[in-house]
Amino acid sequence: MSGVMGWLPYAVAGWILLVGLYGLATSRNLVHTVGCLAVAQSSTYVLLLAVGYRSGGTAPVYSDAEPGTPVVDPVVQALVLTDIVVGATVTALLLALVIQIRKRHGTVDPERLTELKG
Amino acid sequence: MPSTVDLPPLAVAVPLFGAVVLAVAGRWLPRLGCDVLAGLWAAADVALLAWLWGATGDGRTVSWVGGWVPRAGHSVGVVLVADRIGSGIALLAALMVLAAVGYAWRYFEEPSGGHAGVFPALLLLFEAGMVGFALTGDLFDAFVFFELMGVVAYALTGYRIEDPRPLHGALAFGVLNSLAAYVTLLGIGLLYARTGELGFAQIGAALDASGKGADALVVCAFVFVLAGPLVKAALVPFHFWLPDAHAVAPSPVCMLLSGVMVELGVYGVARIYWTVFAGPGGIPADAVRPSLLALAVLTSLVGAVMCWQQRHIKRLLAFSTVAHVGLFTAGVAVLEPAALGGTAVYVAAHAGAKGALFALTGVLLDRFGSVDEAGLHGRGRELPVVGALFTVGAVALAGLPPFGTGLGKGLAEESAKSYAPWLPWLFTLVSAVTAAAVLRVALRVWWGAGSASHGHAGDPETSGGGEEPEVRAPRRTLPVVLVAVPALLLAGCLAVGVVPGVAEAFDQAARVFCDRPGYVAAALDPGTAPPVPPGPAPDWWSAGAVLSGLLSTALAVAGAAVAVWAPGRVSARARAAARRCHLAVRPLRGLHTGLIGDYVAWLTVGLAGLLVAVGALR
Repeated sequence: MSGVMGWLPYAVAGWILLVGLYGLATSRNLVHTVGCLAVAQSSTYVLLLAVGYRSGGTAPVYSDAEPGTPVVDPVVQALVLTDIVVGATVTALLLALVIQIRKRHGTVDPERLTELKG
Repeated sequence: MPSTVDLPPLAVAVPLFGAVVLAVAGRWLPRLGCDVLAGLWAAADVALLAWLWGATGDGRTVSWVGGWVPRAGHSVGVVLVADRIGSGIALLAALMVLAAVGYAWRYFEEPSGGHAGVFPALLLLFEAGMVGFALTGDLFDAFVFFELMGVVAYALTGYRIEDPRPLHGALAFGVLNSLAAYVTLLGIGLLYARTGELGFAQIGAALDASGKGADALVVCAFVFVLAGPLVKAALVPFHFWLPDAHAVAPSPVCMLLSGVMVELGVYGVARIYWTVFAGPGGIPADAVRPSLLALAVLTSLVGAVMCWQQRHIKRLLAFSTVAHVGLFTAGVAVLEPAALGGTAVYVAAHAGAKGALFALTGVLLDRFGSVDEAGLHGRGRELPVVGALFTVGAVALAGLPPFGTGLGKGLAEESAKSYAPWLPWLFTLVSAVTAAAVLRVALRVWWGAGSASHGHAGDPETSGGGEEPEVRAPRRTLPVVLVAVPALLLAGCLAVGVVPGVAEAFDQAARVFCDRPGYVAAALDPGTAPPVPPGPAPDWWSAGAVLSGLLSTALAVAGAAVAVWAPGRVSARARAAARRCHLAVRPLRGLHTGLIGDYVAWLTVGLAGLLVAVGALR
């Protein structure tokens, strides 16, 4: 890889992380907070896939590829899959907590949850 | 019979399997059956890990899962590497889970969450995550186990979903920890980009072979990878989730969170530094030491000040955990094997003391539906045994000889002062302040000493009143296990200090832990690692350790007495000075807003600061 495609994926990963962090820091709705966490996590997918990319490589499925065909790194793809599973678990659990907060507190605005401080 | 190399995977698999069995069998089994099954399962894992600890000795037990052993130094498999520090903290986790299962046996009168098997199943799942994190030799695996223990911990924290506060605490805990875990994964991606490896030993060896030294990528990867463990360890400014989560989690869960999960964060920092980054291709010790030490000092001071200010007893204990984790990190940060060994002793003994204190606070919640220091004034008189144990826990926290906390603190201090002569004073001061706050609670609640008023109007604070009792039958007789479990935990804390050989074993274990070439050889080229020669035996209860333990206990007693009895008897001038001190720490309390957005902002600031510090010092 050379030129702009060499660094662009990494810049995009960094940008997604920062956008997610900004959203988390300024969020006024807990559903939005959990969504921003998922956005921040997406930066890991982009970074890992960028790391494993090989110029001209194809999907690492060997059943229908000629021997010697360049493929992209299958390890990072396995990592991303695991990462997605982890992310789905976390997002589901946190959203369940938010639903329950809505039921008990009657609000999803973090500014109105004032019981824990000091 | 399994052989030694099968033990590390078994120690992870057994609680995982137990969780599945309980989740399924809980539909039919009665409450007692579930609890007995969970207890047996937890005891089985304790036995396995004790066996692993014994069989590992002063070497390492390496297992390549699925038989993917390395050929010529390369393997695509996943490795578990147990040395005595790793298997020791896994054993501590298993013991604490056993204690929590025993304590929870009679704690929840009505199991919520469907059926009686759910809560113990979650505890066993939590145990699998912690043991896996302690034993893994692979960075990506560490991330997965980190998230496993995280997700289960969020669920356990918010377990009482009928009650509003635990939900709030669990959400803050979840967002902060998962965000940090994703940053860790970014760091793992950067390391994989540089080295093409995922194992601790493999990455370390490849970094050294690359010959590029600590360039920008390695510095970024170092800070990013440590983000997860640092947040888990609740170092300031990454600590905000901890008091919110610990104040609201069910008491048996607090025992696990404060006793061992937070300490696993410190373990993660130490393990990742020594295996991956301690070589010539990593981060120089002169950059790591001051950065970590600054975090540690800040954490212990903030934790101690905030602990003193609390009236919500669980929140007070949570801040005392923050303060102590600062001390543990200081013990690790000097990067000396002897200090690390002392810290390991300190962690083991602290788990006993802190677990007992949380368990005894759970009794208050059970009896009175409150954990508010002011509201409970004098009401503990009907529970003298609980009060006596609470007081013992407080002096154990101060490090009174012969408790293990005093021994660990003394060993860590003796070694750390060669790097920074002022460190022993920090250890003494911080353990004294936190223990004084706990003693103050004991005096007010169980002896009815001093006045019932507390605090100043208009302060940002969490009172402990109006808590939902965690049980629905408040007038039952006090179950014996609710007192027996904390008593056993305190006995364990004492045993760490009085059983000879414990300190020596941990000292040698720390030397093995810091032997990086040995770790790399054991993981990649089995059989070639030379054994680590035993060093000089540590000074068991040196005069300095005894004196420092006595000094912090005396300071704690004096501090508690002043706090309880002085307000009515001192001059107006002293009162004005106290008032000024109080106003000075008020902004610090104001930072703990309970808002997830603020906590994320602090996390970002902390990581940026760490990047700048490590980058400038390398």
